[in-house]
Amino acid sequence: MGLMEKFFGISWGIHPEDHKRPAADAATRVMPMPERLYISLAQHLGAPALPTALVGQKVKKGELLAKPQGVVSAAIHAPTSGVIAAIGEIPAPHPSGLPVLAVTLAADGEDAWSETLQACDDPFALEPDEISRRVAAAGVVGMGGATFPSALKLSSSRKAGVTTLIMNGGECEPYLSCDDRLMRDEAAAIVDGIRLMLHATGAKLAIVGIENNKPEAIHAMQTAAAPFGDVRVRPVPARYPVGSEKQLVQTLTGKEIPAGALPAEVGVVVHNVGTAKAVHEVVRLGRPLVSRMLTVNGGLVKTPGNVVAPLGALVEEVLAFAGGLAAAPARLIMGGPMMGMSLPHARVPVVKGTSGILALSGAEVADHREESCIRCGHCARACPMGLLPLEMARHIQGDDLKGAVKLGLKDCIACGCCAYVCQSHIPLVQYFAHAKGTLAAEDRARLRADAAKKLVTARNARLAAEAREKAEVAARRKAEREAAAAAKAAVAAAAETATEAGAAA
Amino acid sequence: MFTAIFSLTILGATLGLALGIAGRFLAVEANANVAELEALLPGTNCGQCGFPGCSGAATALVGGAAPATCCPVGGKALAVAIAEKLGVRLDLSGVADEAPKLALVAEDLCIGCCRCIKTCPTDAILGAPKQIHNVLKEACTGCAACVAHCPTEAILLHPVPVTLPHWVMPKPSSAVSVGNCVTSFAERTAWV
Repeated sequence: MGLMEKFFGISWGIHPEDHKRPAADAATRVMPMPERLYISLAQHLGAPALPTALVGQKVKKGELLAKPQGVVSAAIHAPTSGVIAAIGEIPAPHPSGLPVLAVTLAADGEDAWSETLQACDDPFALEPDEISRRVAAAGVVGMGGATFPSALKLSSSRKAGVTTLIMNGGECEPYLSCDDRLMRDEAAAIVDGIRLMLHATGAKLAIVGIENNKPEAIHAMQTAAAPFGDVRVRPVPARYPVGSEKQLVQTLTGKEIPAGALPAEVGVVVHNVGTAKAVHEVVRLGRPLVSRMLTVNGGLVKTPGNVVAPLGALVEEVLAFAGGLAAAPARLIMGGPMMGMSLPHARVPVVKGTSGILALSGAEVADHREESCIRCGHCARACPMGLLPLEMARHIQGDDLKGAVKLGLKDCIACGCCAYVCQSHIPLVQYFAHAKGTLAAEDRARLRADAAKKLVTARNARLAAEAREKAEVAARRKAEREAAAAAKAAVAAAAETATEAGAAA
Repeated sequence: MFTAIFSLTILGATLGLALGIAGRFLAVEANANVAELEALLPGTNCGQCGFPGCSGAATALVGGAAPATCCPVGGKALAVAIAEKLGVRLDLSGVADEAPKLALVAEDLCIGCCRCIKTCPTDAILGAPKQIHNVLKEACTGCAACVAHCPTEAILLHPVPVTLPHWVMPKPSSAVSVGNCVTSFAERTAWV
């Protein structure tokens, strides 16, 4: 791609209508605490958290509810003070509507912070690892939507010798403006968080990439970052998906991350600006991640805007607080319209990765019948990863997943550019998601089969050992019996000889 | 006597040499495919294919006596792998790719007879005489070897419930595409 880009400019990506305003310009509203919160234990990438709080226990805001389980996992804290009403399954914010384990918290209305929180006045005096440790203890995850535990990224970047910290303020998804709003409102806190992350990762320079359709956010961030030489704000051209990790790194540094590699390979690490705000709150104020900014938008939302909602509030309640809906939505989406998840209903909770809630009208939702591919090649031009979506989809339609993998299915970032430009309305991303899921299921089945084979071998070895032992015992018994019989015979013979001798005498 | 010993030694040595050479040059090679296929098969020797264990099935597959779809435990994925290994065409229409199943003991019916424990190829059943048995779901392969041995029909196969981390997005049907949000807004401004 390099040479072509030099002469003809960037060719990947799309320019969808962004629908960000008026929501982005409306003042941020803070949602009042609902009566009950449903705090999912699987709000992050990796293993679900293990509940430590007990039903009936009184907790303060910010107290630990569940601890991380395994290496890739995150802690979960109480978003308000109250009593744990239940620990059980609730519908997950997921297209499948399957259940997920959650802690139900009945709020007491006081919203009192825990007294044990550890604030810090001079965090730059702390060891870098101590910052990572505090970020891990506070359950901070990537706020852009990927929800990878941030502390792992901070500590591993230090080990990998990362030199540049890329801050993602791209927010290229249409409709969403929560990062935009956060940068306008809390620029100083974000810059402080960025400097703490520089300290934790050992990187020398932070570059904040912001799409040039957010001039207010660029101005606010530039003003806040002006006193610090190691934080630079760089506008990037508005183009979906420039806010994707690999594309942002390429746009800002000119370095392409190799297939299957992490950004650390080219000496960078990418964090979201929302994560920087969370890191600031954790390290400076000692406050764990218990609420987040999210965009409520879509044609049916009466007063679209950005809302600070506690984790565990129901989507239904957030929508009601934001002014309610004009009609029943044709589609309800958590996240952006390109990569978000359509929700089966609104009785699902807000989680750490909820960047937006969209209630789209029938006019905004365009369901089309899938038609045959006309091989126009628009998808191949739009693909930011330089793949051939049309060819991959053809292989998947014929259940040839291996063929799709050969064409680079694993490099697909599921951005949806291909399906957006498809003239035949082929749901290309859905094919890729299906194929990736099936491949993962096959991998799991293979691991299971290998484990079963080991069990079979162990059982056969055990049965053989048992049979051998039995045979040995039987042989010993037989030998003992024979020896006893021989001894008896010898005694009898001796007695006989004695009698004979006696008779002879 | 020496003549007899001498002639028999010569005869033995000559025949031995001839047999050795024949063994070396006229050897019938053991079919390596059998071992490779056996490695693909589940290895639980459950016998559902109708052949004596997985090695028997592997031999039958190589000999062409069994279709690539003979293993009900492995399902479609295994059939595809076998067909690829053997280079045969595959007719998957007859294979019902059932969702994975696990054995489950109905506790009100189990009499604690231990018969299922003895038949389980992966030691996945736990129990003692006159105690209710239980299945370790991590070890159960759903081979159904235990089902026939239960005198009270307490042990049956049940489909594994789909959980959130194991959910797979369904393959799009040719009908109206739903589920993915990408088609969800109508405007198409610029192509590139």
